[in-house]
Amino acid sequence: MTQPSTLEKLAILADAAKYDASCASSGTTRRDSKGSKTGKGIGSTEGMGICHAYAPDGRCISLLKVLLTNHCIFDCHYCINRKSSNVRRARFSPQEVADLTMAFYRRNYIEGLFLSSGIIKSSSHTMEQLIESARILREEYEFRGYIHLKTIPEADPELVRRAGLFADRVSINVELPTVAGLTRLAPDKSAPRIAGAMDLMAGAIVEGRDARRRFRHAPRYAPAGQSTQMIVGADAASDAEIMTKSSGLYGAFGMRRVYYSAFSPIPDASAVLPLKRPPLMREHRLYQSDWLMRFYGYSLDDVHAAADPGGMLPLDIDPKLAFALKFRDRFPVDVNRAPRELLLRVPGLGVRAVNGIVSARRMRRLDLADLARLTQSLTKVRPFIIAADWRPVILADRADLRAIVAPRASEQLELFA
Amino acid sequence: MTALAPRVCVPVAAHDDFDGWRDSARRLIQAGIAPDRVIWSLPGAVAGDLFAGDPPPDLAGDAPPAAAPPVLASRDYLELAGRAALHADPARFDLLYRLLWRLQTAPRLMDDRADRDVRAIDALARTVRRDIHKMRAFVRFRVVEDAHGETYVAWFEPGHHILRANGGFFVRRFAGMRWSILTPQGALHWDGETLREGPPADRGDAPAGDPAEALWRTYYASIFNPARLKIGAMVKEMPRRYWKNLPEADLIPELIASAQAREAAMIALGGEQAGRPPETLAALDAAVAACRRCAIGCNGTRAVPGHGPVDARLMVVGEQPGDHEELAGRPFVGPAGQVLRDHARTAGLDLDAARLTNAVRHFKHVPQGKQRLHQTPTAREIDTCRWWLDAERHLVRPRVVLALGASAARALLGRTISLQQERGRFVPLDDGAQLLITSHPAYLLRLGEAARVAEAARFAADLALVAGA
Repeated sequence: MTQPSTLEKLAILADAAKYDASCASSGTTRRDSKGSKTGKGIGSTEGMGICHAYAPDGRCISLLKVLLTNHCIFDCHYCINRKSSNVRRARFSPQEVADLTMAFYRRNYIEGLFLSSGIIKSSSHTMEQLIESARILREEYEFRGYIHLKTIPEADPELVRRAGLFADRVSINVELPTVAGLTRLAPDKSAPRIAGAMDLMAGAIVEGRDARRRFRHAPRYAPAGQSTQMIVGADAASDAEIMTKSSGLYGAFGMRRVYYSAFSPIPDASAVLPLKRPPLMREHRLYQSDWLMRFYGYSLDDVHAAADPGGMLPLDIDPKLAFALKFRDRFPVDVNRAPRELLLRVPGLGVRAVNGIVSARRMRRLDLADLARLTQSLTKVRPFIIAADWRPVILADRADLRAIVAPRASEQLELFA
Repeated sequence: MTALAPRVCVPVAAHDDFDGWRDSARRLIQAGIAPDRVIWSLPGAVAGDLFAGDPPPDLAGDAPPAAAPPVLASRDYLELAGRAALHADPARFDLLYRLLWRLQTAPRLMDDRADRDVRAIDALARTVRRDIHKMRAFVRFRVVEDAHGETYVAWFEPGHHILRANGGFFVRRFAGMRWSILTPQGALHWDGETLREGPPADRGDAPAGDPAEALWRTYYASIFNPARLKIGAMVKEMPRRYWKNLPEADLIPELIASAQAREAAMIALGGEQAGRPPETLAALDAAVAACRRCAIGCNGTRAVPGHGPVDARLMVVGEQPGDHEELAGRPFVGPAGQVLRDHARTAGLDLDAARLTNAVRHFKHVPQGKQRLHQTPTAREIDTCRWWLDAERHLVRPRVVLALGASAARALLGRTISLQQERGRFVPLDDGAQLLITSHPAYLLRLGEAARVAEAARFAADLALVAGA
């Protein structure tokens, strides 16, 4: 067989990488390429990531997201690159990846590189190759843009640690929310080992930050922290189990982000997994719950309370509204008096709107007209608030409340359109 | 009604000249000129406006009147105004001046986010901020070679007056490159050391293509997942007005059009798996007989169901039925079955009390003359058939499972094992049963004499372990 061209290899290895949801390029330190040693340095990061394009799946394209190779000695059923899958295989050298990254970056197509790999020869060998690509970019091209390296939990701990010296972000995928799911669907992976590698990384990140505090010239270590990804819908885990796992990951390993990836049909899928349309709405609800826990002060118990007895979040309404409908006695909330924490629990009020209310009510008492200017939709908010000229019917009395505040079916369909 | 006070017409030097505007505004406030008397005249506006008024009284003067009070502007205001000033809305400076005027008597006005003017300036500033961000995202450079080496040139059409405001970003990012950004409002040129401004340009001034674009378009098409089509989300963040200058955008219609067919094809390939497992062994056997989920199921042979008590404590899993088994419709009745029975008897293992079954339920073979030669099933075929084995295990619930050979082990563990490394010890299965893996008795039949004796001893030892469990 002839060697595939760069174009063919890119097609294969980008296609193989698209099931990783993360494409973030934010949250790292500010850097730029002015005054680099040779004057040839390229690249900058300014805190906020940039999405340079969007694919028709609505996902941001911020980084060149590829695998070094899609050959793999593992046989994880959900993965397109598993050993028993009959897909075309290809392999980049670290130099080719670095050159491709520079070619794209100079034309302003991307913010940087997100490099992952199937496992070849051994986990440590694969990890060395990943690190080498990043090293070429940083040291030989003086590349100052963003690098995200996927870390292989089975690799030598010293290599896992080294990855953070070149990368802005490192990630290890937890893959499935339960150990049973992992054993069944990713038989070559081990849950304790994944947790061990995350712990190692968390320790190295804290150490790196500490060293920077004491020595100004200490090298930066993975300044954008670590993240992970869970596949949703490939095993039987409920939303409650997923959120429990996720909250544990944020707590134990200081994760910057946990990504939820709806299991999506893949070519030449394993027969163990029934293929169906990816549960996109479920994925969306999980992200919303994640947000509630990180930015709206909800506890894990609150999110559990929003779920049904089987631990599943409702699909037709968002988890915040589900929570409010369940605990109607906590509403209405007076927008002119209530503390910030309670305002954040009102369905339809986002962080921006709450900030606006808290700031504006210092000037005068707010009425509905003010709220109309501060919020997206007054109809959604009105049943849950008290304003200067407004007091709703007691919520517990209204049997039809859900029908009033729940979005119409057509609005929901939009997400699938 | 009182008579109208005379209006003043104040020029703004350039569309994005916020500093110049701020100087003028300060003098106007000090001169006490109310917002409804000021007309801001932007470059390119038609002279002799219907409402055009007198030149402003004191604007050309060098210093404001000594007695004039200081003009107040909060930090919030300056930050928002600096951005809002770059908006294409011709009335933006009226809004900025009106707010500045009101700030003189209500210094905390900017905190009132529900105020109409505050909302309006906030909306303008956010639009500009987004436009600045989108320019950073959607500028696409193309390389030109000239006497100085490589220069990267881009053609871009901003929605607002943001070109100059964005210069710093591109300098910080591409300091080590020579580049030019051409727009209908003007141009920026960086030579590695200084940033120069140029006159408005045309699309034709920029190069028409770049060799890397084929790679980029391939990447764009490959990273798209057809099973997750969300066109609305894409258009919201990448509005159509930018598409004409994006080399990847003309792929979008075809990607969308083919997405549903690609997704349906993937689902159809694996889709037969859906459905509930049978609830009795009889139903299971009937369903297996009709199974056509893989090529073996379609080869015209008869399915061979499992055999033995429903409440068996031990389940023995082989690879697949052979020639004899297919004819008899029962597992383990051929030569390999005989080897298994002989060893089981020696080990004290009662196979009549055990459930005997196979990883794959149809006979995979190639005809050769009058014979049908056994062929090993592929990993995918085993995985497909695993659904039946799982259903059978669920109904029988054996406490101990004996897997004969690597195919059986794959059907139980879901991975390809190394037989020599994993044989001969118990491992727990997900339902709590104990699994022991050993070689397949047919393997003994294929070995030479010396090797057979050694292997038979190991086989016997493994069976003895199961008998003792």
